[in-house]
Amino acid sequence: MTVSILIFLPVISALAVLLFKNGATKHAALAFSVAELALAAIFLSRFVPDASIQFAVVAPWIPKLGIYFSAGIDGISMIMILLTNVLVPLIILTTYKHEYKNANAFYALILFMQAGMLVVFTALDGFLFYVGWEAALIPIYFICSLWGGVNRIKVTIKFFIYTFSGSLFMLVGIIYLYLLSPSKTFDLSAFTTTGVVDAHHQAWVFWAFFLAFAIKMPLFPFHTWQPDTYTEAPAAGTMMLSGIMLKMGIYGVIRWLIPIAPLGFQKYEGIVIVLAVIGIVYGSIIAFTQKDGKRLVAYSSIAHVGLIAAGIFGWTTMGLQGAMFQMLSHGINVVGLFFIWDIISSRLNTREVNELGGIAKVAPKFAIAFLIIVLGTVALPLTNGFIGEFMLLNSVFRYNVLLVVSAGSTMIFGAVYMLRMYKKVMQGETNALTAVFADISGSEKLVLGIICALVIIMGIYPQPILHISEAAVNNLVQTVNNKFVQVK
Amino acid sequence: MSTLIIISILPIILLYIGLYKGQKALLPVTIIGLLVALGFGISQWNNNAQPIYHGMMLFDNFSVVFSSVTIISTILIVFLSKDYFEKISSHIAEYYAIILFSLAGIIVMVSFYNLTMLFIGIEIMSVSLYILAGIKKSDFASNEAALKYFLMGAFSTGFLLFGITLIYGASGSFNLEAIRNFVVEHPHNIDPMFYTGVLLIIVGLCFKVGAAPFHFWTPDVYEGSPTLITAFMSTVVKTAGFAAFLRLFTACFAPISDFWVPVLLVITVITLFIGNITALYQQSFKRMLAFSSISHAGYLLFAVVALGASSANSVFVYATAYSIASIIAFGALILVQQQSGSDNFESFNGLSKKNPFLALVLTIAMLSLAGIPLTAGFIGKFFMFTGALNKYQVVLVILAVINAIISIFYYFRVIIAMYFNDADRAELVIPVYYKFVLGLSAIATILIGIYPGFISGLI
Repeated sequence: MTVSILIFLPVISALAVLLFKNGATKHAALAFSVAELALAAIFLSRFVPDASIQFAVVAPWIPKLGIYFSAGIDGISMIMILLTNVLVPLIILTTYKHEYKNANAFYALILFMQAGMLVVFTALDGFLFYVGWEAALIPIYFICSLWGGVNRIKVTIKFFIYTFSGSLFMLVGIIYLYLLSPSKTFDLSAFTTTGVVDAHHQAWVFWAFFLAFAIKMPLFPFHTWQPDTYTEAPAAGTMMLSGIMLKMGIYGVIRWLIPIAPLGFQKYEGIVIVLAVIGIVYGSIIAFTQKDGKRLVAYSSIAHVGLIAAGIFGWTTMGLQGAMFQMLSHGINVVGLFFIWDIISSRLNTREVNELGGIAKVAPKFAIAFLIIVLGTVALPLTNGFIGEFMLLNSVFRYNVLLVVSAGSTMIFGAVYMLRMYKKVMQGETNALTAVFADISGSEKLVLGIICALVIIMGIYPQPILHISEAAVNNLVQTVNNKFVQVK
Repeated sequence: MSTLIIISILPIILLYIGLYKGQKALLPVTIIGLLVALGFGISQWNNNAQPIYHGMMLFDNFSVVFSSVTIISTILIVFLSKDYFEKISSHIAEYYAIILFSLAGIIVMVSFYNLTMLFIGIEIMSVSLYILAGIKKSDFASNEAALKYFLMGAFSTGFLLFGITLIYGASGSFNLEAIRNFVVEHPHNIDPMFYTGVLLIIVGLCFKVGAAPFHFWTPDVYEGSPTLITAFMSTVVKTAGFAAFLRLFTACFAPISDFWVPVLLVITVITLFIGNITALYQQSFKRMLAFSSISHAGYLLFAVVALGASSANSVFVYATAYSIASIIAFGALILVQQQSGSDNFESFNGLSKKNPFLALVLTIAMLSLAGIPLTAGFIGKFFMFTGALNKYQVVLVILAVINAIISIFYYFRVIIAMYFNDADRAELVIPVYYKFVLGLSAIATILIGIYPGFISGLI
């Protein structure tokens, strides 16, 4: 059993979904994505949580150029696969109450994007990684610009150009590494071998990769595409972007950037960690001033991602473990929040926080779900957000106290604007608009129920998830640290 | 050799068929003739060819590969010309014949082993093209295109010929091997006349392939010519031009690359930027394709700048990818033009609603031209970048990356028009031939993009 089954099932599903007619498409898409989730569960059950790469597949692709279809799963990839395969069925389920034109194309694109992201999360060959990286971008571009809001065309082309530019520089970096590698290969393990890339080249390679990853996450100051795109995209597209796709950037840093260019990283660690912290502060402040609920969540996402990045750049085992856990939690929470706003805006046709109020009175179940997700987002202890943020802040603390103070206090600030949003939307008196708000039902209940359950279960008992990636993370930190020491 | 003979005799047969009013037989005879020629060409594969006719021609693998790709592209274009030429004029046998004469010149261009044959090949091709550009006799733009093309073409041929003469003067031979030996034997004391000759040849060839700053004829000629002829010029002719360029420089001038690489480097960078930036400002899809073809010439020049063992392969893959994508683009343009009478971007508005197939294949073509992964265009760019980085041309590659980003704007404009802009339009009727050619090209684009192994290992 190799990882290629996991990668190709969504591709086949995407093609199959195209054959369905409008009404049945969403059921077919859901069935396929649940099958993919079941497959992931089988992989998880057979997965041995040590540092090795498992279920590996190596098949010649363009052997003349040293390009192989080479992929495998270790603890770090496993978390990402779980994230992807848990969220995609949930996201498809959130679309059950929408009627999309050309629904079969819509769901096919989502499934195809899933395949692209799974390639990114498992690839061990630079060329394959790049192809997966772009293969995930094309579908989301079309999802956003075909089914998005009014300004979608301008916004999505900006998004596309931004991310495509970043990834082209990464491509140049990958080709450069290929030419440096003694056996002319795109294999990741050849790139990370000590001595293949000297310190001078590592500095360049570092920036080439960093640009691609920083744009994807997005890190300050490369974030300008993000709020517009999140706002204009259809709800499912926003969830795909914020829930899963931005983790491609974070994963790229862990798997590719730092192991390949440890010396470059060591040299520029200060700059990037400061950028990440600026992102936290900036995202939170802007989020505080937002009146549009979806935009508020978009900016808060910049802050959360900034914290994950800062924790990774602190480069401790705890920081990395925190990042793994927080990627999972952030994915779940942010999908929950965007779904909440999707429910509100599809019922009331507005996302203005100030126009709402008192929804808790008319929709108690909705209120409970909203509250749990908000609490998870602001990292209340015993919710999933807490574990990750605690570990990440710990990692930043080891790097610099001043930075952790600004990052940490901003997270408290984050709680303020999130809870303020909750208060304005849900509490107080109902007005003419919100009085008729119908409580959640059917598929909405199911999605929010699952998300709330995950928020609480992961918060109370995080150990099984931390255990999956622990050995791989330890090993990675060790290997890279050894390279640092050689310089000193 | 049999390929060349067949392609030379075929047009004469076609003219006779035309004479005896066998209009219906023209297309099948052309296609079958070309397929036979293709078959003979492929049978020459890997047979350790030696120069023939006193070192005039050499049908090696390089020649086989480039003959095949030009013949296949011509077949696709000929398929598209069903019912197209009939609308322009009644003498349709001549069109097929002239296209094939031009192709005969191209076969000579990719198989020459002597500078005279290069010159003869280019002339056979060019003279046919001058006629083709002006084939709409009563159309003002078509006449302008033909005249401009002829004047510019004659001018550049002069440069080329002058260069060839100077090289002959210095080295005493037209033969590629003899010239190479001359260069190798006199590493430090080559006559300045020889270098001047190399420069003039570069100028002449850059004219032919439409590289800046010798590109001024391209937009007007491409725009004025009938669209199908434009398709022929920007795919088959361009491929042949680069094959000849590469063949000459690999065979003769590789040892003195220190001299001419800086010159070509400047030309490449100018070509990339001029092509891309001007394409941004075009309102007409056809003119945009003309300028984008200039920028693609820039990418193709990468292979000459980073001359090496893999250059031929890079040009082959890039030219194939570019040709099939362009054929789709021009084919779609012909259909849209026939319906709306305009070749502006606006005439593509809302195409996806009524003609999802056409919109889809055109999208695939645009993604391929923009170099997005999982299409053939990406593989082409990937090879070009790899080759250039291999020669440490990092700055060149960075500039190319910037250009690739710029090109997204204008390629996506068509996609945006087709999918996201609404317009009331009637459904286009797509003839069967078009469906076949466009569908086949789109599938080939994706196949090469997903599994380039079967095409990239040829030479």
